[in-house]
Parts: sequence; C-alpha cells; structure tokens
Amino acid sequence: MSAPAAGKNRMEKGKEVKFRILRGCNGDLQEVEYAVAAETGWVVLDAVLNIQAKQAPDLSVRWNCKAAKCGSCSAEVNGKPRLMCKTRLDDLDTTVPVTVHPIKSFPHVKDLVTDVKWNYEVNKRITPFTPAPGADFTYYQEDVDRVQEFRKCIECFLCQDVCHVLRNHEQHAAFAGPRFFVRVAGLEMHPMDTADRSQFLAEEAGLFLCNITKCCTHVCPEDIHITDNAIIPLKERVIDRRYDPLQWLLRKVSGKK
Amino acid sequence: MSDYQTHEYDVIVIGAGGAGLRAAIEASALGAKTGLVCKSLLGKAHTVMAEGGMAAALANVDKSDNWQTHFRDTVMGGKYMGNWRMQQLHAQESPERALELERWGAVFDRTPEGKISQRAFGGHTYKRLAHVGDRTGLEMIRTLQDRGVHQGIDVFMECTVVELIKDGGRVVGAFAYWRETGKFVVFKARAVIMATGGIGKMFRVTSNSWEYTADGHALALRAGAELIDMEFMQFHPTGMVWPPGVKGLLVTEAVRGEGGLLTNTRGERFMERYDPKRMELSTRDLVAKAIYTEVKEGRGTEHGGVWLDISHRDAEYIKKKLPSMYHQFKDLADVDITRAPMEVGPTAHYVMGGIRVVPETAASTVPGLFAAGECSGGMHGANRLGGNSLSDLVVFGKRAGEGAAAFARENRGAAGYDEGQIKRAERELLRPFESKATHTPYDVHFALQDVMQDKVGIMRTGDELQQAVAGFPGLGEKLRGVRVEGSRMFNPGWHLAWDMVNMLLIAEVVARAALQREESRGAHTRLDFPKTDSGGPWEKVNSVATCADGAVRIGTSPKPEMPAELKAIVEATA
Repeated sequence: MSAPAAGKNRMEKGKEVKFRILRGCNGDLQEVEYAVAAETGWVVLDAVLNIQAKQAPDLSVRWNCKAAKCGSCSAEVNGKPRLMCKTRLDDLDTTVPVTVHPIKSFPHVKDLVTDVKWNYEVNKRITPFTPAPGADFTYYQEDVDRVQEFRKCIECFLCQDVCHVLRNHEQHAAFAGPRFFVRVAGLEMHPMDTADRSQFLAEEAGLFLCNITKCCTHVCPEDIHITDNAIIPLKERVIDRRYDPLQWLLRKVSGKK
Repeated sequence: MSDYQTHEYDVIVIGAGGAGLRAAIEASALGAKTGLVCKSLLGKAHTVMAEGGMAAALANVDKSDNWQTHFRDTVMGGKYMGNWRMQQLHAQESPERALELERWGAVFDRTPEGKISQRAFGGHTYKRLAHVGDRTGLEMIRTLQDRGVHQGIDVFMECTVVELIKDGGRVVGAFAYWRETGKFVVFKARAVIMATGGIGKMFRVTSNSWEYTADGHALALRAGAELIDMEFMQFHPTGMVWPPGVKGLLVTEAVRGEGGLLTNTRGERFMERYDPKRMELSTRDLVAKAIYTEVKEGRGTEHGGVWLDISHRDAEYIKKKLPSMYHQFKDLADVDITRAPMEVGPTAHYVMGGIRVVPETAASTVPGLFAAGECSGGMHGANRLGGNSLSDLVVFGKRAGEGAAAFARENRGAAGYDEGQIKRAERELLRPFESKATHTPYDVHFALQDVMQDKVGIMRTGDELQQAVAGFPGLGEKLRGVRVEGSRMFNPGWHLAWDMVNMLLIAEVVARAALQREESRGAHTRLDFPKTDSGGPWEKVNSVATCADGAVRIGTSPKPEMPAELKAIVEATA
C-alpha cells in the first residue's frame, strides 16, 4: 500500500503567513497583524492558537473539538463566515494577509468572541419534543432520514451570522433565525412528535420574514439544506395548518396535529 | 467584603457533558433547585465529539446479548481492575437509559424492524452500540440539553469553577469566575456534583479539547476526596497523525466496527500477532500497544503511524455510516477514505481513574460531593471499552442526580462560608497579573506535555517515571512565577494559568501511581515489569491518591471482592 496522493498544490511545506486579527473590546477595535511560520496542512485555527501561545496570550477565541463537530470556532475569514478548524491555509491566498474577524450578528465581547446567548434564549421558547403518552417507538430509517439531516446541526450559528434578517435588519426580537427553523423542523418531522408549533413559527419566530435567499444554506458546514429541506416545508406546513379550511376541518374532526 | 455574585442552589453540577446534564435533569426532576456550571457554551462539551456509539445490551441486532455478557466484557476489558458493582449497575441499566434517550427524542439509526440499530465494537461480544452514524455524542448531548433546559435547570455558561468551598468536612459550594468578564462568583449548594471530564490536555498528542485540564480531579483531591486508578490513562489506538495540525484528532473505533483493517507498511495485518482471535476488534489497550510496537520496530509510516483501511466497503455505505470521518479526512488530510487508507496512531483519549465513589449514589468520600462520568473512577478499571463511556455518563449521571438530591434534602441546615478561603482563592487567581517574568502559562503547559508524553505515556519505565516525578517541583516553581498579560476579560492566558495548577497536581498523581504499580495491566504498561500480575497482589489493589496541605500521597487499598454469583458469570466463558 502506498501513501495517499496529496491534492493538487496542497500540503505545501511550512511558510510564513501573515494574519490580521480583529482585536479589542468595548468598541475599541483594530486589526493587529501577526506573522506565523505555518506548518503543512494547517487550518486557520492552528495559526490563531499558535499566535495565542507564542505572541498574544490574551487573544480571545472559542474552540473545542478542532474537528468540525462542536461548532465553537466560527469566525469571518477574509470576510467569509467559516469554521476556523475547517478552513485550510492551502485554500486561501496567503500572498496577502489573511483577515480573521468575529461573527457579526451578535454583540461583540472581545477579539474573536461574540455574545451568542440570545440563541439559547430563543431555543427555550420552542415547544420541546412531545410524544404521545405510552407511544410505541417502533419507527423506520426512512422515517428519520430527513430528521437526522436537521439533527446534524452543530450550532455554529454561521447561518444566523449571514442571515440578513438578523445581520442587517437586526430583527432579533421578531425572528428566530435559520438555526431554529432547522431545530423546529427536526421536531415537527420527528415521527413520534405530536406538538404543533405553527403558531410559534408564524407569530413568534417570524418564519415569513425569511425571503429564501439561501445565504444560510451556503455557509452551513454540515451541508444541511436549510432553505429547501427545513424552511420551505415549514412555511408550507404553517400555511396548510393556518389558512387551509379543509385541513383545519380535518384536524378538528380527527384530533390529529 | 470580596466583590463577587452569589447564587444558591440545592444541587450544583459542574460540567455540562452527558454526565452533568443527566445528573442535573435527575436532581431537578426530584425537586431539587439545580444549577449547571460549564466552562464552554452549552452543547460544546466533550460528549459532542463522541462518535461510535453507546453500549447497551438491548439485543436488537444480536438476540443473544444480555446484561451478563455486557458485564463480563466490561470486567475482562478492564483487566479485572474495575469496581464490580459499578460494572454490574452499568450493564443492567444502560438499556433503559438508551430507551429513555429515545423517548426524549434522540433519533438513533434503525434496524429493519424499526428498533435502535447496534454496531460491533472492540471487546464487545455482540453488536451492542446504539449509534447515529458517527455522531452519536451530538445526538445525545442535544437530546439531554433540550430536556434539561425545558425542565427549568439554570445554566451558567462559560463559567470556570476554581475551588470547592467547605464547611468543616462538608462541601457546601464552589468558587468560580466568569470567563467573559473575569468577575468572581460563589455558588452555595447543599450538594455538588463533579462531571468535569478528563485530563488529556496534559499530553502533547491528544484527542481532547482545551477543557480537559483535570479540574474535577484536582478540585476533589484538594477538597479531601480520594482518587483511584489514576495510572490508567487510555491511549486511543487511532488518532490522526498527518498533517501536523490534526495530529491526535480522533478516528472513531466505528471504522474498525464497520470492518476497517489495520496494516503496517509491509502490508501485514499485524493484529494477527497480537490478538489473532479478535484482530482489529481487540480492546483499545492492546491495539494501541500493537500500533506503537509496529512503528517502534520500523514498520510504520514516515509520519509514525500505520494504515487503517475501510475502502473495501461500498462508498455510499461509508458515507452513510462514517460521515464525519469521510469529511474529516477529505477536508483536513486530502484523503478520500472510500478509496484510500487513513494514517493513524495512538492518541491520549480518556482517563479510567478518577474520584472514588459509592456505586449506588455516586457519593465521593467527602460529604456533599458527588461525581459522575470520566472524572469518577472505578467503572472502567484498567481499560475502557469503546461505547462504555456514553452509557456510563447516563447511568451514573442519573444516579449522581438522585444521590445529590437526596443528600440536599437531608442536609437543609445553613452552612458556614469561610470568607478567608474565598479571599485566598481570589488572591491566588489574580497573582499572575503582577508577575514580571518572561514566561507564560503556555510555556509551562508545553513543558508539562513533553514530560507526560515522553515519560508517562503509552510505554513506561521506572526510570522515566522517576525523572518525570523529579521534574514536577521545578515546573510548579515555574508556574508560580508565570506572567499573564492583558485584562481579566475573556483572557485565555489567565485561564490557562489556573488550569495548569490543576493539571500539574494531577500529572504528579498519574506519574506516581504509575511508578507505584509494578506490573503491566490494561492501559498501564511498564517495560521494566512487562507481566500482568494475574491473581497476584497487584490484581487485588487499587491505587489511591489523597492530598493534604498540598502534598500528594499515593497508596493502595483492597479492591472490593466480587460476589460468587458474578464471578460465575465472568468465568462462564472466560
């Protein structure tokens, strides 16, 4: 067996790379430049942690798994929302400094850290998983393939970062954001769930403020088809439930959700 | 008066992984006012990274499975060093805990009959691991966190506990700082549950995140608790080895569970020479040592690994069952695992040793202090089987919640809070800001990692362990002088300064417990004592660490004797 073939122009040997990292707090912010001797195959997070250990011990950054499983190290690398642990230096133009900024839809704390607590508050308002009492939990793989797609979400909040309803229009009070439409979709389409979240979606979560630009889908590191598989089916479901008189009557008669 | 906030609870849980969440859910369900404190954001704890599955004898796939077989596998996998009662409770209760997760909304992969699917794993006689592709931990933590949040548990995120507060002999609270502001906070509680996870960051090559700095082990030890079995550190056989940035990242055992083959650079399936019966699905201690030996003897890759190949399986099947591995190698190593082998080697992964607990209640040896999950000891003995951690978390998380809630109910009297103890902790925490030294906590961290990796690693000798032990006072001296820059606001260098205090204390415990055990057993291998002392004195004792006035004492205590009816189960086919 031979060594696996390296990709084209990838896995270059270590070289000096410059980074411009947004630093500061309380509105006093500036890009600070750091030069790093990068090792083969490094991702942006490797460089940021190296800068922290060797040059800037108080550089604030969140990270945990370093393997795109926890969704902690979200940032904007050269203006693009990314997980730093998944962004290879080989894929960036390193002839010019690489900029690293925090995500923007939430209040800034310090350096690369933002205050994402709002997301956890939104989650509390979602009706939790509600099975029928004494239900038989026999269900099949084909019943849950779609739900499992939604449950892959690692809560990196990159979709919240790029959603213009939050980022530009700051509708945090009226809009839950793509992450929580994915979460509700995972509950609503769970074969054992019986709750109806359509009122929440329409009135509290602002589902119809979304105008389907798919920005969220494009940045999802888990490749969840947020718009096509979660948001659009939820919109259809809410419309059916709230505005289709026949469906309303059927539900009234059958008692089903 | 010191400047800090105060919160009062019946039960405070420290750590929000699977064990902490399950404990908090139980305590709260029993009516205890429960607070949960964690260093990261909720849902980012180590449990989220667990991949392969949760071991539970549901017998959905292999109908012959039962708790007795799971118990026997766990006892033998732990090389007879585990606590029999914990192992029994774990094997008996994990099926119900798995079904409970399902009832709370967890969506496990299904069998054709519509039940929870189960996969093969090392050391398990039957297909036993309930799983969701290779992201089982994510499913579990999300299910638990939503259950907990909607049950009314208060969560204190990005808050680091630095010391337990005692009133006489009893633990009555915890002293902590907010990571964001650096401000101090006191949690007063009738019972405290440790669920802080492991110690892996003291090693250079590790699958563990920044959080795994031995906090729970160190806090409990300083508060008077006993730690057992600390010489047993699991090196997972398969971590990534190339490129440098990903070195140590976990490659799930599910790759081997799904049929992955290990070969050396000569193309030999070398496990034939180490465990011909179980081959790739041998226990982790044996596979890790086999890989180490292959590399050491010159049959490893240029980056110091061996090959792990799953490409003989259908590409779509691989992407369905091992999606994270597929992406991890494609994105980070330019390897398409449906077509080419992975390069893998051992990585520090899990500590079997931990806080000594009463199996039924998870109570430590200090009144008011409980422990569950990786920071507790006894369940896994000398080697943990893959899949037994996720089940351990929920089985003993639940029991810790019950134990702590009951203790809180029975101890409602007011506790005294020693301002002096809180003041001392504050002073210690803030001291590095005044240092004029040139070295930082990161420098001390790297130095400790070198010592632990090179001298207290996968293969140990008395000489090297002695050298490690002799070096700790110097590292401690260096640590006392470290310099911290910047303000108290979200300052990782400052945070690491205190994490290092914990890591250094527990590193000494690991090294000295390893020096004490003059045999090789499970994850603890002494090249100068290569034999397992089967039936001999070392099989009859657990190592025990205690701490008084900052001085660590290492000794032994008799291992609890397994009752005859359980012995009969183990010996049935042993």
